[in-house]
Amino acid sequence: MRDVAVLGVGQTKFGELWDRSFREIGIEAGLQALVDAKLSSKDVQALYLGSMASGSLVDQEHIAPLILDYAGLSSRHLPALRVEGGGASGSLAVHQGYLAVASGLYDYVVVGGAEKLTDVPDTTGNQIASASADHEWEVVFGATLPALWALIARRHMHEFGTTREALASVAVHAHAQGAKNPLAHYRNKLTIDQVIGATPVAEPLGVFDCAPLSDGAAAIVLGPWEKARQHTDTPIRIRASEVGTDTMAVHHRRSVTTLDSTVAAAERAFRSARRAPADVDVAEIHDAYSIAALCALEDLGFVEKGASGPAFARGEFSGGRLMVNPSGGLKAQGRPFGAVGVAQIVEIVRQLRGEAGERQVAGATVGLAHDVGGTGATSVVHLLERAN
Amino acid sequence: MSIARFWRETPQRYNLGGSRCSVCQHVYFPPRTVCPSCTNHRASIGKMVPFQLSGDGEVTSFTVVHDAAEGFEMQVPYVLALVKTVEGPTLTGQVVDVDPSQVTIGLKVRATFRKLREEGKAGVIHYGYKFAPRTDDRSAAERSRSRAGTFGKSASEPASA
Repeated sequence: MRDVAVLGVGQTKFGELWDRSFREIGIEAGLQALVDAKLSSKDVQALYLGSMASGSLVDQEHIAPLILDYAGLSSRHLPALRVEGGGASGSLAVHQGYLAVASGLYDYVVVGGAEKLTDVPDTTGNQIASASADHEWEVVFGATLPALWALIARRHMHEFGTTREALASVAVHAHAQGAKNPLAHYRNKLTIDQVIGATPVAEPLGVFDCAPLSDGAAAIVLGPWEKARQHTDTPIRIRASEVGTDTMAVHHRRSVTTLDSTVAAAERAFRSARRAPADVDVAEIHDAYSIAALCALEDLGFVEKGASGPAFARGEFSGGRLMVNPSGGLKAQGRPFGAVGVAQIVEIVRQLRGEAGERQVAGATVGLAHDVGGTGATSVVHLLERAN
Repeated sequence: MSIARFWRETPQRYNLGGSRCSVCQHVYFPPRTVCPSCTNHRASIGKMVPFQLSGDGEVTSFTVVHDAAEGFEMQVPYVLALVKTVEGPTLTGQVVDVDPSQVTIGLKVRATFRKLREEGKAGVIHYGYKFAPRTDDRSAAERSRSRAGTFGKSASEPASA
């Protein structure tokens, strides 16, 4: 296995893109990434495309060749495949692209993630989100994705004394960062009182504890590390790409408040990169629901189990000890399912290159991306590092 | 959802039919064909036997749902809970026959047979288990010895085992 570099990144605006189609946003992100990598499309050898639910959302499966076609590449008959793993589809596509380059099978691949959620009503979008939970034994009995995360939240509050204010502080932080991100779905700031007083969705979670349904696409170009300097002065190395899984249903977990899939993926990633959580300067973590961010910080090893709430409320993860979700996260940057995991890599690369503008974390060298499908049946952890 | 897709799960959804590994004795709901607890998974194949849950359990977490799942719109706000059964498995289900503000972690509940949801005006009606607070101290296993309760009848194993 050889080292793999991220050579280029691209991302559309996230949000309600009424005037843009699925294929348009997918191509925009991909072409941006190629230009950024100073590569021509003739150098591309394969496409990996993460999408959770294009069939349900835009009645279109078979999307990987579709994107290649409208990128003008159909005559090259390249390998192209779609990767699905619930909300973690994008980072699973990154994992596949990483494996293809690391193995030596291909030199240059494009990894994309795209989802178009506003072509269906919100209620339909929420039902489709719930399809990443266990349909037969959770959803049939009245569960929704936010309801399942609410069960995790209530238990976290019960076991560790986590407060409603601590949960709300996650959303407040996300929006403060989203305000600095021109590509973010939401750029308005929130207060703790606004989050707590918002319309309830599944108690204790309210509407501001939940990430929105967004349109959006993101793409990266991967290539072999030894050729990286031919393409960019600031190649970013993928130090680890690890996937963990767990039971589909929350009720079958060893612990309701721990995502063992995240624990497993993080342990493997830190071990293979010979790094520790304390080495990480900037992290994009899964915050589709406020409780998810608190669980993630614990399960990734940034804080001990049960201690994330007070630490977050004190600002330790808003740059105090570590900056999490400088992009605004899923909560404020937005949540186009399959694009999320790729967009996390885009943000980390921009941070490590020092190109993140107003939200730049000074001197960031090591970055982590953490993506979750459903309630944690899949977790993906990537560690990226800037060469000194 | 097709009728068959729901119908094939009726032993589980109507009667809490689970399975028990006859190698390591772990109980599962819904039934499994391979035991996740056995060190040698393969040894459990063909050794998973039917096991009926009593329906008695305790709330280990809960939420009051305001933004309903599909087909549950007429039931909001409703309580959804994790219920750890006395036999071991934890189930996800609604808690009914109680004011949502009275539900707590630790509440003792018992499975009850109810309508889950309707598929529109002309579609299939789904039935299955929900949970209600236990109003007496008798377990479902004791009740099944005196009369055939919905979830206690033809129990192949004593629920208190």
